[in-house]
Amino acid sequence: MSEKILMKGNEALAEAAIRAGCIRFFGYPITPQTELAAYMAKRLPKIEGGVYLQAESEVSAINMVLGSAASGARAMTSSSSPGISLKAEGISYIAGSDLPCLIVNVQRAGPGLGGIQPSQADYWVSTRGVGHGGARLLVFAPNSVQEVIDLVFDAFELAEKYRIPAMILSDGLLGQMMEPVVFPDRAPVLLEKPWAANGHRDKRNKNIINSLYLQASELEEKVRQRELRYREIEEKHSKASEYMMDDAEYAVVSYGATSRVAGSAIDAAREKGIRVGLIRPVTLWPFPSKQIFEKSKNLKGILAVEMSSGQMVDDVRLAVNGNCPVNFFGRTGGIIPTPMEILSEIEKMSKGDIK
Amino acid sequence: MVKNIIFAGFGGQGVLFAGKVTAYAGLSQGYEVSWLPSYGPEMRGGTANCSVVIADRPIGSPLVINPDVLIAMNKPSFEKFAPLVASGGIIIYDSSLIDSKCDRDDIEIYDINATELSQSENLKGLSNMILLGKAMKVVGILKDKSIEEGLVKSVPPRKSELLKHNMRAIELGKNN
Repeated sequence: MSEKILMKGNEALAEAAIRAGCIRFFGYPITPQTELAAYMAKRLPKIEGGVYLQAESEVSAINMVLGSAASGARAMTSSSSPGISLKAEGISYIAGSDLPCLIVNVQRAGPGLGGIQPSQADYWVSTRGVGHGGARLLVFAPNSVQEVIDLVFDAFELAEKYRIPAMILSDGLLGQMMEPVVFPDRAPVLLEKPWAANGHRDKRNKNIINSLYLQASELEEKVRQRELRYREIEEKHSKASEYMMDDAEYAVVSYGATSRVAGSAIDAAREKGIRVGLIRPVTLWPFPSKQIFEKSKNLKGILAVEMSSGQMVDDVRLAVNGNCPVNFFGRTGGIIPTPMEILSEIEKMSKGDIK
Repeated sequence: MVKNIIFAGFGGQGVLFAGKVTAYAGLSQGYEVSWLPSYGPEMRGGTANCSVVIADRPIGSPLVINPDVLIAMNKPSFEKFAPLVASGGIIIYDSSLIDSKCDRDDIEIYDINATELSQSENLKGLSNMILLGKAMKVVGILKDKSIEEGLVKSVPPRKSELLKHNMRAIELGKNN
């Protein structure tokens, strides 16, 4: 069991989902996500109760997830940025119906069809709910293939506990790279779902899954109930990891694949005597605001690094709340920032070049 | 120790496979490893490459920009990556297909007529393994046993009869 094997991020995510009890996958091919769906196509039909279905479009796939989740099954879909835009309506309906599911976004560059190289330009849309109506998604941002596996279990379990959709926000780099992984001996926690519309057999009242409420007062109450769950999630489930932060005067804040590159830059900066560390949000919603706020009290500056023109940096500034200056560095269009570029930004910051 | 390696050539020459064998060989020797393919339109008839990192500490960036070791299987790859090799680095290239010259004196350059050898030795399609054998001998981090384990892990069981040909190609690379 404990033998390390090499797996692509996309394939490891698929295998982890199966081990986490996912029995329904609905998808539509898109680069750089396709290995995930291909893996599911091979494996899921061999699992008891397993269904893999390639829908005719992303819109169909997300609505199949809605139906499957409504029946109480652990269901998921995966896509890449343009496909996630197509799923936005369905994601809002899933959130409005208080259904748990997993949505994977292996991000590529945008906007529009954009390109097929890695990107993190879907931060805003992911952390603000994807669809209309002010809903939230749990958003997880792994930075290694091993962490992909661990977070898939967390994503399904928290989604079901709080009855909200969860997203793994991956990217083309993390999806395509192979790293050694070990699958943990972790049995999925499967909760009772007394709300599931799976046939009442004349033994109970019927369950109705719905997101339409024409009485404003009734809908406001629904939204308030959901908000209470959101507050509890923010209180209990935000997560960030730290590297070299004990004596740090400066910090880089970076998530996902970019945080790997940032880590290399921090090692190089440390060799030059710059006391810099890394704060890496593992959950993007809820954002680890408290942890960043506390750390920022003792910092001279923060550098946010992303594969975008600057999106997460908004949440960093809100979290820091003026405690220290916040700089930004990013590459877009599918370009991955290099350790040298990030190092040079850290050096600038440490010499007082702060915006 | 951190070794950043780029395998580069035409799509279909087995650059991704050679990278995978190397990554598995590193893993079986207890190192941290990562493998990242180029993916995109350049793979159709153009150049394909992959970044492999072997290290004795957690790996930061899996994307190699300035390789310590470049294994070049075609001319466009040689011309693209040779200027990027880190100072003190190593290039191993297929002299059957590459007639370009690199006049850098801060790196070591080795050549082997891998494609010709693969044809004359009845190992068609295994010039990648010949180059890998040569590279592993020159670089000297990975043991023979690890390479063999890397091969066993990388060749699917239904194609296991190909193992011995791959091993022979690696041996050939080491001895030429």
